[in-house]
Amino acid sequence: MQWETVIGLEVHVQLNTKSKIFSGAATAYGAEPNTQACAIDLGLPGVLPVLNEEAVRMAVKFGLAVNSNIAKRSVFDRKNYFYPDLPKGYQISQFTHPIVIGGELNIDLEDGTTKTINITRAHLEEDAGKSLHEAFKGQTGIDLNRAGIPLLEIVSEPEMRNAAEAVAYLKKLHALVKYLGICDGNMQEGSFRCDANVSVRPLGQEKFGTRAEIKNVNSFKFVEKAINFEVTRQIEILESGGTVIQETRLYDSQKNDTRSMRSKEEANDYRYFPDPDLEPLVISAAFIEKIKQELPELPTAKHARFMTQYNLSDYEANILTETKAIADFYESTVKIAGMNNSKTTANLMIGELNAALNKDALEIENCPINVEQLAKLVQRVADNTLSGKLAKTVFEFMWQQPQDPDLIIEQQGLKQVTDTSAIEKIIDTVIANNQKQLAEYRAGKQQLFGFFVGQVMKASQGKANPDQVNKILQGKLS
Amino acid sequence: MHNKSITELVNNLRNKQISCVELTKLFLERIKKYDQKLNSLITNTEAQALTDAALADQAIANGTAGLLTGLPILHKDIFCTNGVKTSCGSRMLDNFIAPYDATVVTKLKAAGTIMLGKTNMDEFAMGSSNETSYYGTVANPWNTEYVPGGSSGGSAAAIAARLAPAATGTDTGGSIRQPAAFCGITGIKPTYGLVSRFGMIAYASSLDQGGPMAVSAEDCAVMLQAMAGFDPKDSTSVDREAADYIKNLNDPINKLVIGMPKEFFSADLNPEIAKVVESAIKELEKLGATVKSISLPNSHLSIPAYYVIAPAECSSNLARYDGVRYGYRCENPVDLNDFYCRNRGEGFGAEVKRRIMIGTYVLSSGYYDAYYVKAQKIRHLIANDFITAFKEVDVIMCPTTPETAFKIGAKNKNPVDMYLNDIYTTGINLAGLPGLSMPAGFVNKLPVGVQIIGNYFQEAKILNVAHQFQKVTNWHKQSPQEFA
Repeated sequence: MQWETVIGLEVHVQLNTKSKIFSGAATAYGAEPNTQACAIDLGLPGVLPVLNEEAVRMAVKFGLAVNSNIAKRSVFDRKNYFYPDLPKGYQISQFTHPIVIGGELNIDLEDGTTKTINITRAHLEEDAGKSLHEAFKGQTGIDLNRAGIPLLEIVSEPEMRNAAEAVAYLKKLHALVKYLGICDGNMQEGSFRCDANVSVRPLGQEKFGTRAEIKNVNSFKFVEKAINFEVTRQIEILESGGTVIQETRLYDSQKNDTRSMRSKEEANDYRYFPDPDLEPLVISAAFIEKIKQELPELPTAKHARFMTQYNLSDYEANILTETKAIADFYESTVKIAGMNNSKTTANLMIGELNAALNKDALEIENCPINVEQLAKLVQRVADNTLSGKLAKTVFEFMWQQPQDPDLIIEQQGLKQVTDTSAIEKIIDTVIANNQKQLAEYRAGKQQLFGFFVGQVMKASQGKANPDQVNKILQGKLS
Repeated sequence: MHNKSITELVNNLRNKQISCVELTKLFLERIKKYDQKLNSLITNTEAQALTDAALADQAIANGTAGLLTGLPILHKDIFCTNGVKTSCGSRMLDNFIAPYDATVVTKLKAAGTIMLGKTNMDEFAMGSSNETSYYGTVANPWNTEYVPGGSSGGSAAAIAARLAPAATGTDTGGSIRQPAAFCGITGIKPTYGLVSRFGMIAYASSLDQGGPMAVSAEDCAVMLQAMAGFDPKDSTSVDREAADYIKNLNDPINKLVIGMPKEFFSADLNPEIAKVVESAIKELEKLGATVKSISLPNSHLSIPAYYVIAPAECSSNLARYDGVRYGYRCENPVDLNDFYCRNRGEGFGAEVKRRIMIGTYVLSSGYYDAYYVKAQKIRHLIANDFITAFKEVDVIMCPTTPETAFKIGAKNKNPVDMYLNDIYTTGINLAGLPGLSMPAGFVNKLPVGVQIIGNYFQEAKILNVAHQFQKVTNWHKQSPQEFA
């Protein structure tokens, strides 16, 4: 039997507001446990929530970016359940009336086509605290720094048909929320978390199969692995005559499997009801319009602009607009280096810079080389001070110890030799020392041209301008 | 001295006829002398009160006195008070020292009041007799074998016995008005949203409202002036221009139209209570008011709707009391479930548990629409009844309670019998309207309260009506002889 996979994703995007969604406590990551939890986050008797307008603004921003309807009136509900790291015994969320309704995201498939994934809804809610089971022997520690951090839960329609599509959707969403500046996108720190609803059905069948919800898949790689594992597991069950049960499963990245957390029967009755401490959230058309005006350029538009404005290929524009930070870095560099150097800048970023960042597992935000330094390097290539090869060498030095490339060129003596007489002198010496090869070349062994180039470059310690070397050599050898 | 009005006391303090320290000591002495019989206080803050009184004397000397500088008051133990135990009448919070002041406490402090202590109350404000308190029943000063009403029973009893000139209370279904009626004092539940709920421990958030309890409407007006106002910390607090509750107290009421809901004066009403209410209305007619019969056709639904909505909200509001971060914690729990069950099982009393169970039930999936959603619809109908009525009348008058105070222990075996005590008051909370109770007579030597209900934010109007009544009558000046 041929099976079709059906995947829907629920993504929790941590909004990067300065303070929490219902209190004034700070949201910075990594503080000492319980140092960023105020009376409201602790759920002390008598405290009340006050909605952070910035979180609303960010949710609206997201909604506008994916062509959603922004609800003029949305409602905060209480989701009731007991857990030690849930201070109030309920989570404030939006259940019946979310702030963002509908929407769509176009994803790029491996075969070069695009596919539209519909977004069901996105709603605002508060995060819970963290239980630290390992920190204290025989006890559980509670850290409430995360309690009350604003989340936007984005729910997709079950429209993805394989793990690769799910990953493409997540990457697109990830880039988008970073573009919008509403999330730092840091997956290790849990700023962008994903739960996957996975089911399979016989190809051609309309009715969905029974789904399992996989929790805790917090990297693109794990999403792919977890979904593939789950699909195989479900198909094996069905093909051996069993039935898949509706349940929540936890992905274990170390074992690369999923295991059951709780079945539908064990699921909590959350007893949702509108939070009487918060008035319904009413958003005016003017509020939405203002955010629309402030919306940054979105990835698709930026990609198109990069191709025309900077004369880049589709491939180059893709890489240079992958994140807003990369695009900003590129544009800032070109601004200093000059518009006519847009290609050279692209080459350096896609080549040397990308490779170095990858090697050291760094994001562009943490790039040791700044835009002024990179722009100077671009200019030194453009003004022929450096050949492409020398630029690579200078870049290596800059990466080790970021500084003005001119200083490196000076100190390391890496300036390209462009003085024709100096190059001629080197070439003459090389020819004089290689009479045998000269004779062979002149006898028709054309491939020896490369040998001479190599010898000249070697003699110049790589500094001779390769174009000039080629030109002069051709004259002298013939 | 202890029978003087707030205005008189504040003037005496300003004129240095008595010092703040002296006045504070006077009431602290009365508490010492009488509260053993009443049990109206959970916490006595004598030392702090004397320190604050000395500072108040300095403020008066420096000319920096506020509206109520030097006035001793009591706070219901539902209001968080920084550094002072805030128990909410529960074992659950017996060890809870609040790390901040409720907005009401902050505002009254800013106005210059001095806190003498925290008053007893039904546990988490759930009760109509003060019998559900972890700290024991409060006695009614008019007859100590009788309940003072609840949940603000400690505040009501303390004012009736003149242990303080004024106290704060809260009212979710009648918890200011019913004890005020039972103890022969005046109390007002303001419009929902007028007084901040921040730091006021929640029972049922959409119904809870704080308000003052004192001897007279005039005293309540002065207190409300200090308590009311928008609070950015409470999202349900209403941002509107501050009203003056004192200015209009003496307005004539000769054009006043009083509505008498026929449903509240049916044959079911105790005839002796009816007589007291009707004679009070007659007094106002003598002052020029006219009376109109009105109908509140859905009023019989207010108790059932209230006992769905309030428990629903309470079941969620009280979920935070799990013993993890503060509050009661059991000994040697075997696991997390045991920890939760015993913290809550041992920390809460029977009535609180009953309401949590009811609330959990009505919110559970499969029952939510039949109970909670339906109750919310009824709530709208009840509010609409009042809105319609207020197109024709300025205020609505009716009894505060169907009977006078009952004997301690008489009703605590039958919760529904107890709940029916709130039959004239819960509808006002459901609608979010302001309501006042004032003493208007006695039946069997126990006080009877009359309720005046106003339209939204018409506190000044109902205080005006009550004050005009109190200018021509003496019911509010009666105090129990045992505590003279």
